[in-house]
Amino acid sequence: MDVPILKQGDYLIASILGALTDTALTRLQENLVRSVRKYRSKGVVIDVTVLDVMDSFAARTLRAITIMTRLLGARVVIVGIQPEIAFSMVQLGLNLEGALTALDLEDGLAMLKTADTKEQDRLRRHGR
Amino acid sequence: MDAEMIIIDSDAGVMCARQKGRELAMAIGISGSDLTLIATAISEIARNIVQYAGQGEIEFRFVEGRGKRGLLIIARDHGPGIANIGQAMQDGFSTSKGMGLGLSGAKRLMDDFEIVSEVGKGTTISMVKWGRSS
Repeated sequence: MDVPILKQGDYLIASILGALTDTALTRLQENLVRSVRKYRSKGVVIDVTVLDVMDSFAARTLRAITIMTRLLGARVVIVGIQPEIAFSMVQLGLNLEGALTALDLEDGLAMLKTADTKEQDRLRRHGR
Repeated sequence: MDAEMIIIDSDAGVMCARQKGRELAMAIGISGSDLTLIATAISEIARNIVQYAGQGEIEFRFVEGRGKRGLLIIARDHGPGIANIGQAMQDGFSTSKGMGLGLSGAKRLMDDFEIVSEVGKGTTISMVKWGRSS
């Protein structure tokens, strides 16, 4: 099952709809990076609310997505990590170093907007 | 249930095994974050089977001990085996993709964990998650 990617203005929203195989996760990585380029997106929200397991492969893929997307000039926010998933990640010794996280989709989008506003202010102050 | 078995030969099998593990653990009253820990541990060892051995199987059994019921998960493959188990159990050690947390991570997520491996013959991992006292 592929993860649908929704375009909303400057942002992309990828909502994971259920358990994912490694293949589906890898495809999400490819599709997201390609979509960021195609739509010149400024940010991506990945909603993992219903993801059943965050194991080492899933964490590694999300980190890779974060890094690749950053290389294209966009930010990634991972939202919806459930308490029990956070617990298992800590037990397993996983982290999403460098990735932004937020409680849910709404907070994630707000985080991207705030970051973009700050960025625009900064550019304006520097007279561009 | 005597035993249930899932063939692991693709990443669809990995997903199937972790869902089965969650379901069976629930059946003996394991709940909450323990279900996620079990599913995650299964995901790690099942992925190891696909990556290193190509195929294998995961067997589930209910066990009893110390006044508790538990879920025993046995992962078996006839792959290349592990030459240095001590090294393979170290955090960060990986000869393939992943973060090198597969075996050591699975051990931390479960209550009991045992690994037997012979080079050229394969690997068997047995791990248990115990429920609360009945």
